[in-house]
Amino acid sequence: MELNEALFQFCLRRGDDTHVLSHRLGEWCGHGPVLEEDMALTNRALDLLGQARNYLQYAGQVEGKGRSEDDLAYLRNERGYVNCKLVEQPNGDYAHTIAKCFLFDAWHLPFLKAQLDSKDEQLAAIAGKAVKEATYHLRHSSEWMVRFGDGTEESHQRAQQALHDLWTFTGELFETDEVYTTLQQAGIVPDLGPIKEAFDRTVNEVLAEATLKRPEDEFMASGGRKGQHTEHLGHMLGEMQFLQRAHPGAQW
Amino acid sequence: MITKDRILELLDYVKDPEIPVINVLELGVVRGVEVDEESGRAVVTITPTYTGCPAMDVMAADIRKELLEAGVPEVEVKMSLSPAWTTDWITEAGKRKLKEYGIAPPEKTADIRALKGEDPVVECPQCGSKNTMMLSPFGSTACKALWKCNDCLEPFDQFKCL
Repeated sequence: MELNEALFQFCLRRGDDTHVLSHRLGEWCGHGPVLEEDMALTNRALDLLGQARNYLQYAGQVEGKGRSEDDLAYLRNERGYVNCKLVEQPNGDYAHTIAKCFLFDAWHLPFLKAQLDSKDEQLAAIAGKAVKEATYHLRHSSEWMVRFGDGTEESHQRAQQALHDLWTFTGELFETDEVYTTLQQAGIVPDLGPIKEAFDRTVNEVLAEATLKRPEDEFMASGGRKGQHTEHLGHMLGEMQFLQRAHPGAQW
Repeated sequence: MITKDRILELLDYVKDPEIPVINVLELGVVRGVEVDEESGRAVVTITPTYTGCPAMDVMAADIRKELLEAGVPEVEVKMSLSPAWTTDWITEAGKRKLKEYGIAPPEKTADIRALKGEDPVVECPQCGSKNTMMLSPFGSTACKALWKCNDCLEPFDQFKCL
């Protein structure tokens, strides 16, 4: 596989991961359980949106066909989206939202730390900004996992259920394919081995403190990187892309 | 003639749109100014505070506008991600103005407490008490956390250390 094509695909994946999660968190705006959490989730959404813009701008440059960040965000359909399935899952109750963030953050932070050493200067620079943000994202979601898990019987049960429902989507975070190995050989993306170790360490430590059980690795969902998604993504994009679809080229 | 000093003088007038008491130089987002003294063309390089900070686009537009209106014939504003911005780049004058505005300024990233990952001691910008507590690490904008003073009981924003 050609290096440039692999780099384009990788930027899309990272852009779609951050953008889709950002949109999901944005859905909480005005609906948070308390004011501070409403602001926390929208702050996180904003950080992720900024990261998505960086990745999608860079994807457009790498592709060299003149597509802007907006073209890539608003004019690809769900089969063209290559985010992992974890981030597109509906928000559910607050335990589901937090568990989704926690599992994502536990992978995202070590991934970004490793991306700092990328031989691609732009990816290293994007990680340099994002790693500071991902650090307090993980702190936020970890604190809530503990609060739910070690809270009341009801909150414990809901957090355990959320982990159970979402665990199947964690396998995809550590998958490799031709795109990934091509870039890894060029020193552009990191070895996933140490990232998986860091993920396991974080998950085990936080869940132990939260008195929650780590789900068994059984069936792991896959396909997001190839544009095969759960039914939820299409509905989300239908809402997110509505304006550009109905009024092509509309601007603020 | 348009000189670098003249550009810096003009940048003094460009405020942070969300914290309109400090300018872009005090905020530490201006990373470079280059002027071609013959043509008068100016290139200003800025760096984002937070990746998603919506104020950055406004700041870039405000810089262009300020310089063009002052007679600089051609202006380019470049965005640079690396090295990543840190609150250590906020100037002492900037920190003083933040405090006067009611926002507790950030502590130094090399502060011993920050290095140890401990919570910072934040002084209430209203009454000066150190008896304060963090209500939420997420505040009214990406760069701020929400605090409360246990003595005067006023809530206040703190510029997060990054």
